[in-house]
Amino acid sequence: MTTHAQQFSSDADRTTRDLEQRAQIQSALRSYEVARDAHKSAFQDWEAARQTAAEIKWDAVNHLDQYLSEFAEKLQARGTQVHWASNAQQARDIILNIIRANNARSIIKSKVMTGEEIHINEALEKAGFEVVESDLGEFIVQLRREAPYHFVFPAMHLKRGEISELFSRELGTAPTDDPEELTMIARRVLREKYITADVGISGANFAIAETGMISITENEGNARLTCALPRVHIALLGIEKVLPKLRDLALFLPMLATAGAGQALTCYNSLYGGPRQPGESDGPEEFHVVLLDNNRTHLLADKEQRDALHCIRCGACLNVCPIYRNVGGHTYGTTYQGPIGSVITPHLRGLQDWKHLSNASSLCGACTQACPVKIDLHHHLLQNRRNAFTENPAWREKLTFKLFRLVMNQPRVYLFCVKLSRLIQPLHRFVDGTRLDPALGWTKTRKLPKIAPQTFKEFWQNRK
Amino acid sequence: MKVTLFIPCFIDLCYPSVGMSIVQILERLGHTIDYPEELTCCGQPAFNSGCWDEARDVAVRVVERLKDAETIVIASGSCGAMLKVFYIELFQGTAYEQKVQSVANKTFEFSDFLVTKLGVTDLGARFPARVTFHDGCHGLRELNLKEQPRTLLSHVRDLELLEMPEAETCCGFGGTFATKFPMISTAMGDGKCASAQETSAEYIVSNDSSCLMHLQGLLDRQGKPLKTIHLAEVLANS
Repeated sequence: MTTHAQQFSSDADRTTRDLEQRAQIQSALRSYEVARDAHKSAFQDWEAARQTAAEIKWDAVNHLDQYLSEFAEKLQARGTQVHWASNAQQARDIILNIIRANNARSIIKSKVMTGEEIHINEALEKAGFEVVESDLGEFIVQLRREAPYHFVFPAMHLKRGEISELFSRELGTAPTDDPEELTMIARRVLREKYITADVGISGANFAIAETGMISITENEGNARLTCALPRVHIALLGIEKVLPKLRDLALFLPMLATAGAGQALTCYNSLYGGPRQPGESDGPEEFHVVLLDNNRTHLLADKEQRDALHCIRCGACLNVCPIYRNVGGHTYGTTYQGPIGSVITPHLRGLQDWKHLSNASSLCGACTQACPVKIDLHHHLLQNRRNAFTENPAWREKLTFKLFRLVMNQPRVYLFCVKLSRLIQPLHRFVDGTRLDPALGWTKTRKLPKIAPQTFKEFWQNRK
Repeated sequence: MKVTLFIPCFIDLCYPSVGMSIVQILERLGHTIDYPEELTCCGQPAFNSGCWDEARDVAVRVVERLKDAETIVIASGSCGAMLKVFYIELFQGTAYEQKVQSVANKTFEFSDFLVTKLGVTDLGARFPARVTFHDGCHGLRELNLKEQPRTLLSHVRDLELLEMPEAETCCGFGGTFATKFPMISTAMGDGKCASAQETSAEYIVSNDSSCLMHLQGLLDRQGKPLKTIHLAEVLANS
């Protein structure tokens, strides 16, 4: 059986050798950085904006109980049905029950990462329903039957040619390299689906407690059609999406667009507050909001890492992460890739199974610097490492660091080790970089540094 | 001023000339050096691996020896971050909290000590070469060292400083990460070396020997002529 850690290592090994894929990801993310920096300067003070955003999210997360009930009550007052799902199974059951109760057949979806988290598409297909992704990137990866590569840019790993080939194969269209034509192909297919779908499933970028509304921000207009055309609208969102006030959007919408996509503002920003009201001529007849916990409350209970619930899923930390840029999105094997995924996945899906993601970091801190809501990401990776070791210490590591402590705390032992290493060192060249090399983790690609003929301590001794 | 010098273990073992250069520079500026020979490592490898108990045991000796020092200078941004930032996390809520904070307050990374604490920017050094500066992540992001080393380099005679693209991107060393995930670490290091090469620099200069150990290792294995050198060695050159 392959463990998640083995899968990560072997996929990372493969992608780091794939120079073409790495070059494509890096060049895409470099242009993102340029665009992001241009829009950051539109903020009077980006750092002050980050601080304010972090404080608003702190308030929201630390008074989650209060804001969630306010949010739910306001929604219910306008006829929305609010459902609470403790885990993925409950969320899937709730959604399936709504669909069955409405005798629905066909479902259209806009981008919803919590849907990926609970594997809703698989559950719906297994139950015999047709489900179609309407976000262009999601539509493409759905046709490829693979997971999103990046939770904001799901198909960023694909070239135009690959998409054209995919459309020809799956949709029977003529090959084209024109991005506009490719978009039109998807649009023609999707327009049909919007009209025939009985149920639209969406996520939410923010949940406004004050007014009982969900905010959806997007560039393609597909979410508006998904939420407005079908008879039933289901919104699935994590409980951490709450913002206290409507006015908070004035900060969070431009911030999400800037940090996430290097845009001043995304093209379409909508608020949904209930089903069609008496006297209104359009909108869904039924509106359901499913609030998902799925171990977010574990994170809430962890006072060191609670701020990870501030996350607005902008993806800024992935975009700047040198690990992500070299191993790519699929290597993670998680719903949420990159630094934020490495921090929260152990909380959502089990520390021991996912601790390797916290180890797979150089702790450079680029993520923490980029995070618009100031999550202390790389320090949380360190805490995950500590928690994993405390809970279940690997014997090899335990032994290594007991020896480490012995050597470093006993200057005589340290000196002895220096002398011993100096004696052994000349022998190393016989195994250097071979499979017999005990330092192969280093020497496979790097020369080992030499112990100096005179260490600093020896220099100091001689000087005295 | 009496300066207590903390020489990290790998500098002691593999790069003693970094320490010697710092001694030479500080003595020339009229300071007295106090070198605690009994200190070896700051404990970061254990801390980064999650073994906080072992890290604490190593750190306690460091804190006990340094607590009465007047000023502490450390030859690495990464080990400096350990003393100034990570010790605070490590000892949070323990009896050592205050001692650790006081040690953190009087600890300076070498370039920061010269520029911020002493206000010295020109050491009369000469280094006839084209160089590019690599920002070690811990120095850059935990300690805000960005301008200090560049200010010092800008006063070195005959030295041409060329900024590389993505100077702030990690080189991929990351301590134990380098051997736990060698393929990722190497991919990152290759990227860094390529950025440095793009500038036509002959040397990668840094205030962190650990990054340089990784980069020099890669360059040597690939037989590339680009060389690495610690900032202190450049500044001690005349």
